[in-house]
Parts: sequence; C-alpha cells; structure tokens
Amino acid sequence: MSVAQAAALPIAERARAAVELENVEKTYGTGKSAVKALKGVSFDIADNEFFTLLGPSGCGKTTLLRALAGFESVTAGTIRLFGEDIVDVPTYKRSINTVFQHYSLFPHMSVAENVAYGLKRLKKSKSEIEATVADTLELVKMTDFAGRLPAQLSGGQQQRVALARALAPHPKVLLLDEPLSALDLKLRQSMRQELKQIQARTGITFIFVTHDQDEALSMSDRVAVMSAGYVQQVGTPNEIYEHPANRFVAGFVGDANFIDAQITSPVGAIVTCRTEGGAVLQADARNLLEGQRDVTLFLRPEKVKLAKAGSATVDGEITDIQYLGNSTMMHIDIGEAEPLVVTEPLGEVDQRLRQVGDRVGVILSPSALQILVE
Amino acid sequence: MMANLPSSPALRRTLSLAPALGVIGIFMLIPVCIIAVFSFLEAKSFGGVVWSFSTDAYVQLLYERALDDSLMLSPGYLIIIWRSFLLAGIAMLCCLVVGFPVAYFISRQPLQHRNMWILLITIPFWTNQLVRTFAWIIILGRNGIIEAPFHWVGILGSDDTLGLMYSNFAIAVGLTYTFIPLMVLPIYASLEKLDFTLVEAAADLYSSKWEAFSKVIIPLSKPGIIAGCLLVFIPSLGAFIQPDLLGGGKNMMLGTLVQFQFSTARNWPFGAAIAMILLAAVVIFLMIYARAARGQQKMELH
Amino acid sequence: MAAIEHSKRKKRRAFGEVPGLGALAIAFMMFLYLPILVLVVYSFNAGNIVMVWTGFSTEWYARAFANEDIRKAAINSLVVATSATAIATTCATLAALALARGGSFKGKGATVGIITLPLMVPEIVTAVAMLVFFSNIGLNFGLGNVILAHVTFCIPFAFMPIRARLDGMDTTLEQASRDLYASDWETFRLVTLPQLMPGVLAGAMLSFVISMDDFIITLMVAGAGDTTLPVYIYSMIRQGITPEINAVSSILLLFSIVLVTAYWFVTRTKPDGKNH
Repeated sequence: MSVAQAAALPIAERARAAVELENVEKTYGTGKSAVKALKGVSFDIADNEFFTLLGPSGCGKTTLLRALAGFESVTAGTIRLFGEDIVDVPTYKRSINTVFQHYSLFPHMSVAENVAYGLKRLKKSKSEIEATVADTLELVKMTDFAGRLPAQLSGGQQQRVALARALAPHPKVLLLDEPLSALDLKLRQSMRQELKQIQARTGITFIFVTHDQDEALSMSDRVAVMSAGYVQQVGTPNEIYEHPANRFVAGFVGDANFIDAQITSPVGAIVTCRTEGGAVLQADARNLLEGQRDVTLFLRPEKVKLAKAGSATVDGEITDIQYLGNSTMMHIDIGEAEPLVVTEPLGEVDQRLRQVGDRVGVILSPSALQILVE
Repeated sequence: MMANLPSSPALRRTLSLAPALGVIGIFMLIPVCIIAVFSFLEAKSFGGVVWSFSTDAYVQLLYERALDDSLMLSPGYLIIIWRSFLLAGIAMLCCLVVGFPVAYFISRQPLQHRNMWILLITIPFWTNQLVRTFAWIIILGRNGIIEAPFHWVGILGSDDTLGLMYSNFAIAVGLTYTFIPLMVLPIYASLEKLDFTLVEAAADLYSSKWEAFSKVIIPLSKPGIIAGCLLVFIPSLGAFIQPDLLGGGKNMMLGTLVQFQFSTARNWPFGAAIAMILLAAVVIFLMIYARAARGQQKMELH
Repeated sequence: MAAIEHSKRKKRRAFGEVPGLGALAIAFMMFLYLPILVLVVYSFNAGNIVMVWTGFSTEWYARAFANEDIRKAAINSLVVATSATAIATTCATLAALALARGGSFKGKGATVGIITLPLMVPEIVTAVAMLVFFSNIGLNFGLGNVILAHVTFCIPFAFMPIRARLDGMDTTLEQASRDLYASDWETFRLVTLPQLMPGVLAGAMLSFVISMDDFIITLMVAGAGDTTLPVYIYSMIRQGITPEINAVSSILLLFSIVLVTAYWFVTRTKPDGKNH
C-alpha cells in the first residue's frame, strides 16, 4: 500500500509509526510575557515517509523540529520515536540527526572528518567508519572533496556534506531545517530531486521544514500545514491543495478565491447557495456542517473557465490582466466583494484578444467550488 | 575521564566561575577592604597598626598637630592632591589635543594602512612603563638629548642645567607619553564607526568645515573622547613611576605618597587613607562615565 | 560605475582631509618611538655616563648577561609570568565559558564587574592592599606571593579576548555536535575548545606581557630574594644611571615588542571575517 493509504489506517493496524506527537505544547517565558509557540500539536509520521512541515515564519515549525531533535524541551505532551517516549531523552542519545539551515559544518575538520563525526561518537569500528563515510559521500556525490575543509566549499557543496554527515550514522529520522533556503533557484530545484531520491534509497524518514509551498508540494509524501503554533491540516499534497481544511490552508498553499454565500437548498452531495452579490451557485457539499447556513466558498483560479458573456454561471468584467509567460492571470469583477482571480493556461484561447473592460461569462462548476471550514 | 560534567547547569556554572572570582575576591576585594579598615586605625611606630579606632590618618591630610596639641592647617598634603589632579588633567588635555587629530587621520586612511598604524601605536603601550619613563630621564636630564646642544653651543656651562628634570613639567611629559595611546585608540574606534556621509550631508546643507567638525564629528565621537579621557586621567591620577623617576622627591603625587607611607614613613593608616581617597576619586569618575554612557546609549537607540 | 566610485572617493577624501594632518601623525609617531630609540641607541654607548656618547660598544650587554643578579631577576620574571599566565588563563577560560554559555543569572553583571575589577582599581592601591594582606595574613610563599598577585591582575587581561572569541562563535556547531551523539565533554573537547584556541592563545599572550611588565605591584609584594626584572631595573636606576640599565631595558623592550606583534597576528581577522 502507498504511504498515504498507510497513514489513513488507525494506528494499531499499520506498521509502528516513526514519530507520534500527542498534544505537544511549548511555551517560552512565564506569566504575562509568555509565548506559546506550539499549541496542542498531534499527528503521526510514518516510517520511510518524506514528511514536510509547511508554514509561514513564526508558525512553530522550526520549534517543533528542534523539539524533535532535542534542542528544545516541550512544556507538555509526548513525543514517541518508534514507540519509545523520547521527551526526556537528551539530544545526544536520540537516534535523530539534523541538517542545519546554515550547514554548521565543523570548520576545523575536513569533509571526511565531519561525516565521520557521528560514527566515531557511536564508537563504530574503524573499518565500518571508513566504509560508511565512503558510501555516504558517494550518495551525495562529494567523494572527491573528502579531504577539503568546509571553507573551501561552495554553499551547495557544504549542504551536501551537511546531509552526508547527518545520514552517515543512519538515524531513524532525519530532520532538515530549511536546507535549501540559502541556495539559488536552479540549484534548489535540482537539490529537491536529489533529496527525494536519497530518501527513497536510504529508506530513512525525512522530516523537512520549509516556508516554500512549491517545495512542500513537489517533494513530500505528506504535509503538515502550520500556523501560529497550531497544525492546520495534515495530508498529502493533493489533499492539501485540492481540499484545504480551512481558510488559512486554502490561502497559504496556492492562490484562492473566497466568496461568501448562504445555503438556499441542500441537495445531497451538491448544495445550492446564494452569494452576497446575488449569484446562484452550486458547490461541493462535502464540508457542510449540520444546520450551517452561512458559508465561505473557495475556488482555485485555474479551476475557473471563461466563455462568452451570457452563456455561463455568472457574467463578469475583466478589470486587470497580467501576462505570466505560461499563463495569464486576470481579475474579473462578478459583483462580489472581491474580484475573482482567474488563471488561464497558455494556448486555450488566444489571450491577446482579451482586454480590460471585456465582459465574459465565468463558469463555476460544483466540483470546483468547495465549502470552507473556518 | 568524565563522560558527563556535573548535571545541573547552575552548579556547573558556579564551579566554572569559582576560580576566577575566588582569586580576585581573596587577593583583591578582601585586601582593599582591609586597607579601608586600616585607614581608620592607629599607626604603630615602625609599620603595622594598633587595633583601635582613630581618624588620625584622615586628619593628617589637612592638619598638623602643633607642640601644644592644637591643630594647624597644613597644606602640604593638599598640595600633593592638587598636583595629582592638575598633572592628570594636563596630561589628559595634551593627550586629547594631540590624540584626536591623529585618531582622525588614521580613521581616514585606507583599511590596510589603518591596521598598521594601530599596531604601531599599540606596541609602545605594551612595553614596560618603567623602561619607557627611564628613557625620558636620558632625554630631559642634565646633559641629556635636549640639553646637550645647549652645552655644545656654549649657552649652558658644564655645571648648569635647563632644569627640565625633576619638575612638574617632566612628570606631565612622562604621563602624556605613557598614556597617549589610550586616548588615540578609543577615539579612533569611535571615528571609525562614524558614517562619513553624515559629514557630507552637513556640507550639502551649507555647513562650513568648522561647523561640520563641531556639530557632526565631535558629538558623534563623544563616546570615544570620554573613554579616552578617562583612560588617561584615572591611571595618571594614581601614577607612581612618572612622579618617582621624573619628579624627584619634591614633586610628589598621590601614588608616590602612598608608596612612601608603606616604605620609608611606615605610617600604614595614613597610606591607607590616601589610597582610599584615590580609590574614591576613581570610583566617582567611573560613575560619571557610566551615567554619561547610559545617556549616550539612549541617544543612539532612537 | 567604477569611474563614479573613484571620483566619489576622491571627493570624500578631499572634503574630509585636513592639511598638515599627515605631517602631525608622522611627528606623533616619531614622538612615540624616539624615546625607545634613544634608549636602545645609548645602550651601545661605550662610555660610562649614559648621555655622553663616547663610541660604539656591546660591552654593556655583555655585562648585563654576566650579571648574576640580573639573571636571577630575569628567571624570576619568566617563572612568575609563566605560572601566572597558566593559572590566570585557566581561570579566565572557565569564567568566560560560564558567562557566555551559562545563560543569564542574578548577579551576572556584578560577576563581570568583579572579574574586570583589577582593571579599574589604581595599581598603587592594589599594590599596598596586597602588601598589607600578605603581611597580615602571614602568608609567605616567597615567589608564590608574587605569582598569586600576578594571577589576580592577569585574569581580566586573559578574560577579554577569550570572552570576545566565545561571543563570536557559532553556537549551532555545538548543537550539531550534540545532535551527532557527542556527550557534553566530547562536544567541549572536540568542537568548543578547538574553536576557542585562538582566543585562549591571545589571552595567554596578553597575560604574559602584562606580567612581565608589571612593576609597582611586584615592588610592594616581592620579598628580598624575589626580585623581578622591572623591580631590579628600578633599583639600578636608583643607584645610578649606567648604560647597563639601557642594555637590560632594551632586551625587555624587544621581548615585549615580539610578543605584542605575535599577539596582533594571532588575533587579526582575515578579509573573509574569520581568523585562523
């Protein structure tokens, strides 16, 4: 079964989860000036999973990572590593290794010595250390640099060594603290692929922290979206994007349109609503609560189709056009509080014909409109 | 070999601080407290103290006992105190007048040159004070470097002297020479941080060179100036080597006076009293500095 | 672009430059080094009276080296400086580690104040205080008294470069070490200490120079047989000025200059912002 399927099973049924977080809380300071960085965080991470913590700065993702590594203590809750409670286990005894954001390579040791460091502390035999160091350096393609000092390496090279150093002791879980943030775009994109491949080859659970949603969506088996110390949603990239659990997730991952409306008649899987602007729309009723009448509808810009005025769900007027290369982004006023953001991929219609001021028909299909849980 | 240091971080920290604090506490704090106490005790004839309370030491600063046991105002020691403050002040001013332009000059040099200049200024400062002051005996003394030409030319006879040595002037020269690096370095540090575009902005706004100097450069380098002045004034106040070697017996300062009490005069309480006064003066100046520094910080924070 | 930068630089120098400043700076340097030069030059004076030049001779250096008292004083100086440096640097390192890594605690400011206290109390006050202390407590370890006194005022000098180095160090390195299964002691030994070494070295050098050069405190505290070089030079000056004093002084000067220059090279930060 796939990782996503396994994650959907109740805990007792699947293979023991790599990491189990239960009501983890972290408070800094006391009294009036106390800051709660983590509030009741609970979810599981499966073995051999590429798991990402995604969120804006200050959301608590780094705090959670550091709590897993042992650099921070937790104020409440439990953390289990393959069933074993590690909350009171000191850092150097946890079988978890970290790839630091700024690499933190030991400047007075060579690349090989850096990579061997953890193995030496674990008192492995000399032959085993040599073999592991060689294998790991090959895995990150840094074999030729074994004798160099960190100061002699570029940023990307240092990052590979940092990865090798953390992988060499073969930890149960690998933590990666925004490791690609200091690299330039092209390098970042190629490293994403490499990281994915390395995770697949080693079978080690990767927990990856980033604020970049593209990274999260492209690399992960599952993502936990965080904000202000809370976990907003845990799911596969597809679930997060297509079916965001709430307004924050909808707005943070990708662009989103929000339309306020009132339920006029529930019809099974689909519900009819009337918007503030008077339009009648049909939406996916999946998230509708018992007795709920006021809803916020959510819609991705690329799910909107345009047609001739008068032939679609609603009519609107184009108020802004931005050419983005492989698509065109338009703002269309359909009489609601905010104009609709619509993206049309290149080639569907001859975009050169669209002009500000044009009246167009906007097709809003029920499968594209979802009800948001606030 | 320990695998783990003592577990409690607070305990570890205390153990770590103990040696340094212990040494300074035992060999400095306690001794200073002891002489503070001594200054209020009676003097024993050939050194040492008698354990009975007495303010004789402090009284001795101002008054002398006449044969009929009445007190007469005796200015001798007050003159010494006055000389100490005067010469320390003169040294400070000379250092400032010479040191500021030099510091300014260095701060305007390209980066590689600047380090060279600073190194060259630092080196003499770390050499032995005694030795450097001794050099001035050679320069200022009878038949010394300065006098010698006068002798050759015949202006001075072989037994005459310009009298540069063994004077307040010689002490001032010695103090200035010894401590001037301590004026240059802090001012340089301040000026180096100075954003020179501020001066350009002043010029842009029609300031003359002098106005730019007094209204922009001086206020912004004030922390360095104050630090430099204190670093020269305070050690000069309690100096021993310069008045001893260059001043001769007649031009005592607080430092030589204290040492005299503990060697020849053998009046420990009196020596302790003078030391206390010196210490008090230093503490007062440091507190003034601390307050000025805090005010400066407030200005920079906005 | 480069042309504009260049002309801007030229304009800046032209605006900020004060005429004659360069000459003043050079004159200042001459003022600073002339006495030292005079001292050294006259140590090669053949004649008896320092100020009257009678010819070139290294006789006084020979005499200085042969002088048994001078040799004893020099050895005492070296012994005291070495011992005091070793002890003071250790104390200072421990204290710096506690203050930089120990988190905040009540009285942290006061602790730093006490450690830097010897820098603020006038030397003569410290000197007589120690004299009174040693004689009243009846402590008499001979040269040990001098060593203890030197340790006291060397600690702050060793402390400052070490503290500065610690403050500039990257703490994530220690985290990384712990992350990779190193115990606290291993982390200290393998990561912290090697990083700290340049600071410790600088502190030791500073402490050594300060100890070698100390005069007034040693004068008051040292007993009859425990003379150090500066104190001996003083007694020579008191007895009468001969070029032998110049010779000994020049040697002492050379020693200090070499040490300070070495210290400067060790602590110099390279263009990339790191040292060593």
